Amino acid sequence: MSARAIAILLLVFVAACPVLAQETSRLIVLTHDSFAMTEEVLAAFEADSGVSVEILRSGDAGQMVNQAILSKNNPLGDLLYGVDNTFLSRALAAEIFAPYESPALKFVGEGFLPDESFRVTPINFGDVCLNYDIAFFEENELELPGSLSDLTKAEYRGLLVAENPATSSPGLAFLLATIAAFGADGEYTYLDYWQDLDENDLLVVDGWTDAYYGEFMVTGRDSGTRPMVVSYASSPPAEVYYSEDPDAGAITGAIVGDNMCFRQVEYVGILAGAANEEAARQFVDFMLSPAFQEDLPLNMFVFPVREDVMLPAVFAEHAMIPENPALVKPAEIEANREDWIQAWMEVMLR
Amino acid sequence: MMRRARELWIAVFLLPLAFLGLFYVYPLLSIFDVSLRPAGFLDLSAFVRLLSSDYYIGTLLFTVYQAALSTAVTLLLATPCAFVFARYQFRGKTLLLSLATLPFVLPTVVVALAFATLLGVNGLLNDLLTTMSSLEYQPIQLERSLAMIIIAHVFYNFAVALRIMTSYWSSLGFRVEEAARCLGADELSLWRDIRLPLIRPAMLSAGLLVFIFSFTSFGVILILGGIRFATLEVQIYYQAVNMFNLPLAAALSLVQILSMLFMMMLYTSTQKRLQLALDSSAAVAKRPRTLLERLCLSLCVALMAILLFSPLLALVLRSILVAGQLDFANFASLVEKSRGSLLFIAPIEAIFNSLRFALIAMFTALCLGLIASYMIERRGRLSRLLDPLFMLPLATSAVTLGFGFIIALDEPPLNLRASWLIIPISHALVALPFVIRSVLPSLRAIPPSLREAAQTLGAKPIDSLLTIELPLLGRGLAVGAIFAFTVSMGEFGASLFVAQRESVTIPVVIYRLLGDPGFASYRQSLAMSVLLMLVCAGGFVIIERLRIAGVGEF
Repeated sequence: MSARAIAILLLVFVAACPVLAQETSRLIVLTHDSFAMTEEVLAAFEADSGVSVEILRSGDAGQMVNQAILSKNNPLGDLLYGVDNTFLSRALAAEIFAPYESPALKFVGEGFLPDESFRVTPINFGDVCLNYDIAFFEENELELPGSLSDLTKAEYRGLLVAENPATSSPGLAFLLATIAAFGADGEYTYLDYWQDLDENDLLVVDGWTDAYYGEFMVTGRDSGTRPMVVSYASSPPAEVYYSEDPDAGAITGAIVGDNMCFRQVEYVGILAGAANEEAARQFVDFMLSPAFQEDLPLNMFVFPVREDVMLPAVFAEHAMIPENPALVKPAEIEANREDWIQAWMEVMLR
Repeated sequence: MMRRARELWIAVFLLPLAFLGLFYVYPLLSIFDVSLRPAGFLDLSAFVRLLSSDYYIGTLLFTVYQAALSTAVTLLLATPCAFVFARYQFRGKTLLLSLATLPFVLPTVVVALAFATLLGVNGLLNDLLTTMSSLEYQPIQLERSLAMIIIAHVFYNFAVALRIMTSYWSSLGFRVEEAARCLGADELSLWRDIRLPLIRPAMLSAGLLVFIFSFTSFGVILILGGIRFATLEVQIYYQAVNMFNLPLAAALSLVQILSMLFMMMLYTSTQKRLQLALDSSAAVAKRPRTLLERLCLSLCVALMAILLFSPLLALVLRSILVAGQLDFANFASLVEKSRGSLLFIAPIEAIFNSLRFALIAMFTALCLGLIASYMIERRGRLSRLLDPLFMLPLATSAVTLGFGFIIALDEPPLNLRASWLIIPISHALVALPFVIRSVLPSLRAIPPSLREAAQTLGAKPIDSLLTIELPLLGRGLAVGAIFAFTVSMGEFGASLFVAQRESVTIPVVIYRLLGDPGFASYRQSLAMSVLLMLVCAGGFVIIERLRIAGVGEF
């Protein structure tokens, strides 16, 4: 009988006791939970470099950055990939990165570099833009809005669903686009604009999924009532790619007019105090290599920062890249993010 | 020899405390330390800001208000049903009771999907109503309303209240009631003078538990309620993640934990009154005979069907109906690894991961919970504090605790922050209170004389535990096991935390599919949600069977 009790005890111990950390030579990449890449592409890197790579996803982008800052004295991994320009300043200010200038940066446009310090390396970007239901606009013979201001006009009344900037990353990006367009001071600020949007029957929901699948109307699909949504410029090709009949063509479109979109750039940085800095550098180079850059679009529906790599057919055909996205500097975002969102909440949620 | 045995027992008794200390208190203290003493000295300005702002006071008031409302509605619906379940025997009762627990396990993403497919503007119900009555507009406009939050909370917590009250009522028996009936009492006075006063301790206990769950609700509020409704828990997440305002998040967490500690103490003191008398739990349920009895029973089953199963049914229908045609393609695609993408395993593999974690978490929580129940039952001065203490993991924001793990468990031999073990550990932490709550009543019902008699007859404590007490605790342990299992199956936050290949669970797959663009992956996520429901339902049925085969209804 007591043997059984001891067995129970042992099992409790086994369940409660930690595994001892193993010492092997490996590279740990911290990333957010939307990370995806093709297995063979990574396997090829591992075979070439002799480094075994472990991917550690740690929540959404905000959670990931916060964790990296909290653990900076004893970093969780060697690299942090997926910090974007809306969170970048927080990470830079906390000094969690060790600088590295990759030779492959020569293939990347200068506009993507946040500063001269090379603490982070740009990898990919995506634009947050309005998406619309093509059939609805055709049937109602409605023109597409040519600027953000147009959205307050009567003909677009009740057509738009957007995300809460406090809880959603595209929501924050769109808020920043309105701040770039209307400013935070002056006669007519972004808050006045949002108030006008609200009076034009704007719907705000908390997350992208809820907005896109719950509220966005796509003709022929049985959900949603609003033919315009704040989403990504890459959503229309994604719609085509994942649709049951990819040859039928696009059913949604993105509006990429000047200053109507906000560009999110994602960076990778080597964590200061990384256990395997040499391998981390190799991985940064690899992320800028054509193999990884070409693999990005269909895995995460973002665009590679290198312009010289091939885009998949569905992107080349259906994706639109805004020529002049709205710009707000990372430092300015970090300094004002809380105030901007708080002010937005006070206007929109009361 | 005696002495070594004694030391062994003390070591055993310390296990749950060590577990709680290591994986709850220590990480929490670490994160509070970092948040409130950023410059090496205590900085309480966050509290000042908290207490001097109408905004945060408003958040607190709203949190209390919606929790109270959810509790009232849940009790109003669950009390009559509990009576019917305790009083009457009918076919499929056990199955119905198990299935009623199903909503409790489902991740909020799934529940939000289910409610949207049923009650949304373009949901099934609106479709039905507009076709039947040729209305021009959709009559049901619940989206992003307080009503939607309350409905979802009732949906989640109904089974908890039902189980607590049914088991108490069954153990009370109906002798008093029958005596009163003989003396000529009518239905109304039976409810007023006999049933409600008798069930009150269980009602209070269940009510407090529902209140506690609704108070800390996060996903439901965020997804179904929309932006105007911020509870403390939502605010903590927002301050910690979006604002990285850790001092304020810590201050809010402390407010939440202290209010919870207070409510847990209330709750555990009400629980003590729920002592079951062992002998009266003999078969008290009877078959419904009169028309009225049958009517009550049907009403109760109908209520549960509408409240608990119609959203789930809507989800199932949406996952297999494509433009009005039956189509199982979504399910077929789940077994293949459709994308060559790293970390995107065939969804079917996630089921095995989920089952593995759920079993480890269940086993850990059962062992620790059993020991902890014995500790609490000893009734020292300590036990009054221990009981609410073990409940606290329920009241702690997952994000706060997660950040605590990152900075506390970061060095060997406790370098757990990137290990999959953190998943079953955190599941066990949350499941522990459920096991204790299920075991304690049965434990308190064992008369001390039984143990004493066994000892007089020469049984060692371990023999008396294994041959007498454990079988008597069987029912409580089985219920605890169900809860532990389901909590783990549906848990989401911790599972997302360390996402390696071997740790991708069903809720994580659903979440990822939902985040992928394209309508096909949306429909796949519906199929996956249905699978999660089936796996959980299967788990319930198996555990219920084991219970009946192994222990019987004693």
